[in-house]
Amino acid sequence: MVHIPLLLQLVNACAAGLLLLSFAMLSQRRVVTLVYLLATQGALLCLATFLLAWRTNQHHLYISAALTLSLKVLFLPWLLHRLIRRLGVYWDTEPLLNSSVTMLLGLLIVVFAFGLAQPIAALSSTAARSTIGIAIAVILLAFMMMITRRKAMSQVIGFLSMENGLFFGAMSATYGMPLVVELGVALDVLVAMLVLGVFFFQIREQFDSLDLHHLESLKEKP
Amino acid sequence: MEFLLLLGTPVAGALVLGWLGARRFAPELNALFSLVTFAAACALTARVVAHGKVLVAHEQFFIDPFNVFLVTLTAFVGLTTALFSRPYMRVEMTHGRLSPGRLRLYHAMYQLFTFTMLLALTTNNIGLLWVAMEGATLSTVLLVTLYRTPASLEAGWKYFILCGVGIAQALFGTILIYFAAEKVVGGEGVTALLWTHLDAVKTLLEPRVMSIAFVFLLVGYGTKVGLAPLHNWLPDAHAEGPTPISAVLSGLLLNVALYAVMRCKVLVEGSLGTQLPSNMLMGFGLVSVVLASFFLWRQRDIKRLFAYSSVEHMGIITFAFGMGGPVANFAALLHMTVHSLTKSAIFFTVGHAAQKAGSQLMDQIRGLITLSPTIGWGLMLGSLAIIGMPPFGVFAAEFLILTTAMKQQPWATPILLLALGVAFAAVFGRVQPMVFGETTAKRLPHPPALLPVFVHLAIVLMLGLYVPPYLADWYRQAAIMIGGH
Repeated sequence: MVHIPLLLQLVNACAAGLLLLSFAMLSQRRVVTLVYLLATQGALLCLATFLLAWRTNQHHLYISAALTLSLKVLFLPWLLHRLIRRLGVYWDTEPLLNSSVTMLLGLLIVVFAFGLAQPIAALSSTAARSTIGIAIAVILLAFMMMITRRKAMSQVIGFLSMENGLFFGAMSATYGMPLVVELGVALDVLVAMLVLGVFFFQIREQFDSLDLHHLESLKEKP
Repeated sequence: MEFLLLLGTPVAGALVLGWLGARRFAPELNALFSLVTFAAACALTARVVAHGKVLVAHEQFFIDPFNVFLVTLTAFVGLTTALFSRPYMRVEMTHGRLSPGRLRLYHAMYQLFTFTMLLALTTNNIGLLWVAMEGATLSTVLLVTLYRTPASLEAGWKYFILCGVGIAQALFGTILIYFAAEKVVGGEGVTALLWTHLDAVKTLLEPRVMSIAFVFLLVGYGTKVGLAPLHNWLPDAHAEGPTPISAVLSGLLLNVALYAVMRCKVLVEGSLGTQLPSNMLMGFGLVSVVLASFFLWRQRDIKRLFAYSSVEHMGIITFAFGMGGPVANFAALLHMTVHSLTKSAIFFTVGHAAQKAGSQLMDQIRGLITLSPTIGWGLMLGSLAIIGMPPFGVFAAEFLILTTAMKQQPWATPILLLALGVAFAAVFGRVQPMVFGETTAKRLPHPPALLPVFVHLAIVLMLGLYVPPYLADWYRQAAIMIGGH
């Protein structure tokens, strides 16, 4: 039995939590709950970043953790919550696939993700290298969520969950990107969400709904 | 200094135009800021001509033969599009399609968009390159939805989600490159994302990680290039947004995205030492050319027609880069330049043609040449140039690409020729009745600015007959740097 330090065990537990939350999002239809799940995922990401920063003395990871806390745990969920209330979108419609098929596909994705992560993890020397597979799984599960959902709001939450997975991947493979880049990425995510807020109101003004089947007229007609 | 002016002017422009709002002189001010940016780009070019490569600000920004002509081209088309949009947007206001508030948004975002593209081109940091590419998407989303019609909202949403997801894949690819580089470059990690440093050590980067990274990067940035089958956002965004935006999307953004792909490809190929990246580029390129040329037949909307033509041309360029080697790369770089100039010129004429006819449907645009010969001739000459008629530059580039393909990849030549023939017939068949025949066009309340169209076409004509020595020299150096084959 290999001995793993307590702090790293905690990081691994956070990683497991992230994956579980991704699965929970996959089957959740209540939009407000989705936002809570996203915020929890952000909180776990923040905790994992903080623990790694503590263990490895990488100071810029503290800044990254603070960034995650303020942006992904507090501000964006607040913004989404407000949007949901203002727009009155509480429930997503039935997703394109039923939930048992979604779950099975999700499991396959996780297996694939761990396969993909193997060569990367084998090369990595960071303390949290065993969690790279989880990061890839979170990214791909979020991707699947975006494909199978019909409401604009759920797709956006999937997008943010993907961003969480990317940050976690960067952290477990290389202790995060350089600070300039991380700040830039955070800025982009923030601006994207603000643009999106404006955009939602425009869609709603036009269609009285945020259901994406209104947005399916521009197709190549046969 | 030139760098500061180049990147600072558009930011200042965005702030000033956003703050001043829709004054009467705002369009002129917009053009003025673009002019200053272009002047800075020219000064920078002059410096590169005199002294060669430039690295500034702790190596965070750089200019080498590969990006110098793209910077100038971006600033130039940015300027001419600003000049074109001056009367164009006024006509749209008179027709009641825009409110003053939206015009303010348009001007501010136009400058911001120029800034993100110039940042993407000049940054040495591949992380910042990603940030700038995402910024370019975000600054144009609200421009695509400027008219707030149901179709434009749909186009904007598609653009936002597809490019957002695509670019997230590219971020993962960038993380993987950083991961591979950190092993080799080491240090505090800041230099591990600088392209010049990575290029110096590219043979030492771990090949397996780099090949996974390339797949993500190609899919990610490839979405923005509009490579099939990731091109779905492109025709919608081009057709539903205002025409100046279609011109800069087609003429500039696609180039910048392809530039990002090629920067990454140089690193990956150096690390792998195999044909994998080249083959992937050739595959995506060929699929795009074929698919787009057949989709051209189905189009009824004039802007969608030329949007698909952009997919086709980006496919040809990607294919040429995939073949690699000095000649194919040279041709691809030349094609990037002439496509950008020709396509934006076409969109300028198409914009006014659609305003005159009151519709973007090709069946309703007739006899442009009777009422305004300049628009008619502009569209005709632009279309002839884009379908590859000699003596325009597109012909020279395509000819070089085809002859190289015959030598290096003979199997692909018939496919390319077929696709080019199909595209030729589709575009020419549609444009001919729009230009000649009975007219349905109306007069415009503001006289259109058509000088940019003919300036662009004149440059394209010149590049078909004669490439200035320093430009040819850059192309050659960049072609060697890109390598391949």
